[in-house]
Amino acid sequence: MKFTSLSQTGGYNLPPCNIVNLCGFHILFDCPLDLSALTIFSPISTALYENHETKKLLDKSNLILAEPYYKTIESLHLWNVSLIDVVLISNPMGMLGLPFLTRTEGFSAKVYATEVTARLGQLLMEDLVAMHMEYKQFYGPTETSLFQLLNWEELEALPPALKDVILGKDGTELGSWLPLYSASDVKDCLKKVQSLKYAEEACYNGTLIIKALSSGLEIGSCNWSLKDPKRNVSYISSSVFSSGTAMDFDFHALLGSDVLIYSDFASWNGATCDESENSSSSIVPVDCATKSDNEHAWELPDFDESSEEMEKLNFICSCSVDSIKAGASVLIPIGRLGIILQLLELLALHIESSDIKVPIFIISSVAEELLAYTTILPEWLCKDRQEKLYSGKPVFAHEELIKEKKIHVFPSVHSHELLMMWQEPCIVVCPHWSLRLGPVVHLLQRWRGDPNALLVLEEGVDTNLALSPFKPIAMKVLECSFVSSIKLEKVPQLLKMLQPKLLLLPDYTKPYFNPLNQLSSCLFFTENETLRVPNANKHLELNIAADLASQLTLLKLKSEELTISRLKGKLFVDQGKHYIVSEKPTMSSNMSPLVHWGKVDLESLVLALEKIGVKGSMEKVKDEDECGSNVLHVFEPSQALIQVKETCIVISTGDEHFASLISDAVHSLLNGI
Amino acid sequence: MAIECLVLGAGQEVGKSCVVVTINGKRIIHLDHIGALPYFTEVCGYNGPIYMTYPTKALAPLMLDDYRKVMAGRGEEQQFTNENILNCMKKVTAVDIKQTVQVDKDLQIRAYYAGHVLGAAMFYASVGDAAMVYTGDYNMTPDRHLGAAQIDRLHLDLVITESTYGKTIRDSKYAREREFLKAVHNCVANGGKVLIPTFALGRAQELCILLDDYWERMNLKVPIYFSSGLTIQANLYYKVLISWTSQKVKDTYATRNAFNFKNVQSFDRSLIHAPGPCVLFATPGMLSGGFSLEVFKHWAPCESNLITLPGYCVAGTVGHKLSDKTTKVDVDKDTQIDVRCKIHRLSFSPHTDEKGIMDLLKFLSPKNVILVHGEITSMDYLKGRIKSELGIQCYNPSNNETVSFPTTHFIKADASPKFIHSSLTPNFKFLKDEATEMAPIHVCDERVTQGILTMEKGQKVKILHQDELLTMVGTEQTEVEFAYCFPLSLSSLKDRVTDDNSLIRIVSRKISNEVAEFGEPDDMGIIKVNSFCLAVCKNNNCPFRISDGSTVSSDRVFFCCNWSIVDKDLGWRVISVMKNMDSSLDSVF
Repeated sequence: MKFTSLSQTGGYNLPPCNIVNLCGFHILFDCPLDLSALTIFSPISTALYENHETKKLLDKSNLILAEPYYKTIESLHLWNVSLIDVVLISNPMGMLGLPFLTRTEGFSAKVYATEVTARLGQLLMEDLVAMHMEYKQFYGPTETSLFQLLNWEELEALPPALKDVILGKDGTELGSWLPLYSASDVKDCLKKVQSLKYAEEACYNGTLIIKALSSGLEIGSCNWSLKDPKRNVSYISSSVFSSGTAMDFDFHALLGSDVLIYSDFASWNGATCDESENSSSSIVPVDCATKSDNEHAWELPDFDESSEEMEKLNFICSCSVDSIKAGASVLIPIGRLGIILQLLELLALHIESSDIKVPIFIISSVAEELLAYTTILPEWLCKDRQEKLYSGKPVFAHEELIKEKKIHVFPSVHSHELLMMWQEPCIVVCPHWSLRLGPVVHLLQRWRGDPNALLVLEEGVDTNLALSPFKPIAMKVLECSFVSSIKLEKVPQLLKMLQPKLLLLPDYTKPYFNPLNQLSSCLFFTENETLRVPNANKHLELNIAADLASQLTLLKLKSEELTISRLKGKLFVDQGKHYIVSEKPTMSSNMSPLVHWGKVDLESLVLALEKIGVKGSMEKVKDEDECGSNVLHVFEPSQALIQVKETCIVISTGDEHFASLISDAVHSLLNGI
Repeated sequence: MAIECLVLGAGQEVGKSCVVVTINGKRIIHLDHIGALPYFTEVCGYNGPIYMTYPTKALAPLMLDDYRKVMAGRGEEQQFTNENILNCMKKVTAVDIKQTVQVDKDLQIRAYYAGHVLGAAMFYASVGDAAMVYTGDYNMTPDRHLGAAQIDRLHLDLVITESTYGKTIRDSKYAREREFLKAVHNCVANGGKVLIPTFALGRAQELCILLDDYWERMNLKVPIYFSSGLTIQANLYYKVLISWTSQKVKDTYATRNAFNFKNVQSFDRSLIHAPGPCVLFATPGMLSGGFSLEVFKHWAPCESNLITLPGYCVAGTVGHKLSDKTTKVDVDKDTQIDVRCKIHRLSFSPHTDEKGIMDLLKFLSPKNVILVHGEITSMDYLKGRIKSELGIQCYNPSNNETVSFPTTHFIKADASPKFIHSSLTPNFKFLKDEATEMAPIHVCDERVTQGILTMEKGQKVKILHQDELLTMVGTEQTEVEFAYCFPLSLSSLKDRVTDDNSLIRIVSRKISNEVAEFGEPDDMGIIKVNSFCLAVCKNNNCPFRISDGSTVSSDRVFFCCNWSIVDKDLGWRVISVMKNMDSSLDSVF
């Protein structure tokens, strides 16, 4: 088994990307896009005001004026796509780069994802492609690619922030930029996805049993359990113990695995990058306005996952209500489905209790379908939601809220129905897309000057860069981080419970996990270095059919307490198990031995031959020419010659029957099987 | 290692399915219908885990409560309370299709989609190497709103299947659906009222989806009513659980959820006497009382009206009495109804037919089959077919009877990598058609899986490659070989053949005509096939020249060959071919 980490970055928006070579199969875990890199492009609304005649590369806020390219995982390009056998998609964000892979010539891997991940991923990609159209329409069909546009001097001249994003920290990532895939690429990609239920056993090539297990991060997202004939490997991607929407983290099938690959360190990354002691404070206001009167910090105590999550959401709601009361609107560009579903429910409650009337608009090309979809997947939800199903209540409140006309769903900001209905203040929920694509761009442009308006942002993107084209910003910005991984302090406890025989961790966690070595043996992996995982020295388990076993002729060896038998049958592999069954025509049970060991001395051979009637005129000749060989000439009943050497006995006669007679006599003196 | 199967209910009878199966010591109870589940858990005190599919878990409390109310309505003794039902349902673990549940260390269960009723499943259970499938109702072809049953090809020791319609092959469901729709349409077109007495769940939705769809297509405006609030509520479950329906219904969820019945409204008592046509769904199903009977009293005497009845009605109910084509029905002691309306009997019952059962069993080909839930005659008939046509052992035990048989068992052994590797190495055999020279060579891969099984005291059984055995025993191999040097008289050839190399080439070509695996000689003029070696022998003192007494001509050429005991047969075959050549060569060349 070999393990290669292609991208260690974690978090909801950019799940880690790894390749495992297990019993000869190359398995790719997730294929994300680095959407945060989109921020280097100028949004349409800004570009509109730029003078196009001058053909400038950068706009006034130093962003690139061109149709955006998308940043894929650089190291994945170093792999021959045709060598990948299996792709496992853990969550919708891990799917965004998949069409690039599936459209590559030679791609033949089988892609597995849960039913829900495949569907949500599809909707996300369709929205991305639709939103990108706006750029296409604006810039028109361009033949020059982004990188023909940029020569090295120009690249060097770029602002350092942009250069970092384009080239990566070590300047090697220029090749990872690609123009966006098309809608038909997405369609073809989905045809290659085999969808799974949680804990459904999918068997790849008869050998590998693949199971998706709830990770709790998002509805339908999963961790993986792989079983080959020799070992079982568990893979933990971004996970959350308990969520307000998704089914809880399922650890049962991860218990006691031979190898556990732990790649969920989104929170860990945060802790190192931040370097501040108080990195746990969840909500930090980012003051982007030059002169804003809201410069007080909000801080919340550290709560436990879902309750902590609720606290944050409630806080967002109360801030929203404050803005509405001040006559300003609220913009919530968040793409996380679970968060949005909960937020909609809470917002409705807050609005009702504060006795105001304000419409909630959900604007996204796929919103209607997405929301409809969430009402028909109770099997994938957390316990509380399932209980609602059993008691006959709707699992999510949005269905009712839409019927009651408290929530309105529109495909785009330009849709006629929306324009007819539009009123301010209002609350708008829309996809994030790094604040470069879709409705968020237009609405941000509209409300940025209103000091009472509120922008709710999810932490993770470089906020400064993301907001730069909209500056100066007077509106309040509320930045929140939502739980998207298991808390670092809980990891040792979890690992102790899971008790893997071997643990694979990213190298940067070494200082933290080295002192905790009592857990189990650990290996640390480095990005882009292939780690050889030692074999557990386990034998392969073979299942011998009972009827075959009963046919065996057992031979007890005199020398030791050892019983041996020749085993002959048909070997086959099914569902990762090796079987040996008897061949259809039952072969003659009297097989002559094929391997012999032991010594034959001439005297006993003569005696043995006499017993079977090869007696009488025998001549014992010692041939001096051939060193150490005795030759026995047999004249009766027929002519024969037997050479007896140290490790070899040669029987020479022209009569087949006689030859076997002699060889039987030889066998009786040897051990053989 | 054995499976024991105790039938408690539905043995050679219809209804009350309950089978206790013990696989290798693990006891599993299958209930096809859940009517007594609250009694079992709350009154009897069963404490183990209970598994159901999501829709079953969602719909079960409604059905159970409905059932409880019917029992109460009939004045029978109540077996459990509503609280019992709710407590019982809390103990149930819901499972999704194909989700593999590890119940404990040994027992694994998995549900497969059975179609026909929302949430219906076949349950697979395995303990060690032994495995079985229990199935209630299933449908092998998709219908209007549910998909076809889907199951993997499994290695099974046992399949337990229901056999209600074991002796009938029913016509297509579509035809029966068309009949139903035609009857309803004719009635409302003539201004009549249609009464559809149903249970609250399942059938009501099934019929309603039919009607709603038909209404849309035919652009009918006649109102469809649901009598009880309960049924409307049940629709909500169907809407949420749409992923358990057919692909067609699933695909349209975003634009129009098929269970979002457009033409359905709730019924008000005052509408009984309202003029104009309408369709009414009312509970209970067999006109055993309640609202459906009340409406029946009012609508039955009118000729233009229509009443549909389920295929099976319990004796004593008004539904059953109507079956006998009587025109007057005693509804209760004081009331006699003059039935003049039309009656349509619904015949789509959610049970699979003979073909379905045979198809499933053929697909699964288990070692044993147990039939439950059926009449004894149809069971016996089906049992005969299964035995004779599929060659599968088949039982139909009566209640309280136990059937047992041994299960599949594999002996576990550790196989060495060398053994596995050697077993997976291709072993190509080239077969030549003897008749024609030009015929293509057939290549086949005859892999031999051959190794040595070793057992040592206190250790797991090991499978080794034979080379590894010698290392294990600590000795070297002693080869046993054969050698033979013999002359052939090739006088006629002598003129044509200049050297030994071309001679051996001719000989080898001749041999390969009869021994398929024979090839060309190498540069040294030696032919090698496996361990068999053949060459022209120039050594006049060759020790392997064993004379067989016959005299040979002076034009003889000696061929010396040696081979290992492994290729014993091959060696002798080649020699006999060559010796035959001796006599036939003259004529051939």
